[in-house]
Amino acid sequence: MVPDSEAVAEQVFAALADPSRRAILAELASEGPATATDLASRLPITRQAIAKHLALLTVAGLVTAEPGERRRVRYRLRSAPMQVAQQFLAALARDWDSPLDALKEHLDRPASGSG
Amino acid sequence: MAFPDRIERTVDISKPPATVWAALTTAEGLSAWFGNEAAIDLRPGGSAWMRWDSGHTADVRVERVEEPRVFGFTWHIFGLPEGDPRRTYVEFTLEPTAAGTRLRVVETGFAQLPEDDHRRAFEGNTRGWESELGELVAYLDSVA
Repeated sequence: MVPDSEAVAEQVFAALADPSRRAILAELASEGPATATDLASRLPITRQAIAKHLALLTVAGLVTAEPGERRRVRYRLRSAPMQVAQQFLAALARDWDSPLDALKEHLDRPASGSG
Repeated sequence: MAFPDRIERTVDISKPPATVWAALTTAEGLSAWFGNEAAIDLRPGGSAWMRWDSGHTADVRVERVEEPRVFGFTWHIFGLPEGDPRRTYVEFTLEPTAAGTRLRVVETGFAQLPEDDHRRAFEGNTRGWESELGELVAYLDSVA
């Protein structure tokens, strides 16, 4: 069974709520695929903790491990779940209240329009 | 389900539907309250755009034109990649009232997940930039 959008968005937001996982995802987003060792050299997080987070993120489907020899495995960010979360945020970020207030103000002005 | 797919608002306006209709469906009307600049080809399938002083531009496709009751359009979901086919549908419904017009706006489609994206989102094999770049490198290597 495939998880629904809600479940995917939840995985993304749960991952982003943790500062270490946020840092790892941000690093993969800005610098591209990296090994746990690469990440440990660039972030103030131990390699052990990074490996643990990467395992969690892989299970959650937010990163994917490229095939390779252990310790040389590179992790890559998956954009598809992020886009599902983005849709969730797009609904929250859609502001109809301000434009409708502006429309009401524009039309309710006594001199406006033809009506 | 908590994923917000639908947004709905209703507002009462002290002008008749014809006046509200003009504010929703003409470049002059739209630029007075919605965007800072606008253009519109008012027919189903017609294109329209709104531009804001912030630099943001919304590309709009007109879908329903039933003057002066229903005006519907689709537009891109903010934040998704430029080529993503998913669009939300916005529909304005104008209902005459004793005091003027009751205007309802409904935007739907935030939670949509077309087949292709469904597969991409859930079953791996993401063809992201990395794989595109990989293919480019392989191609350049092959022609070098």
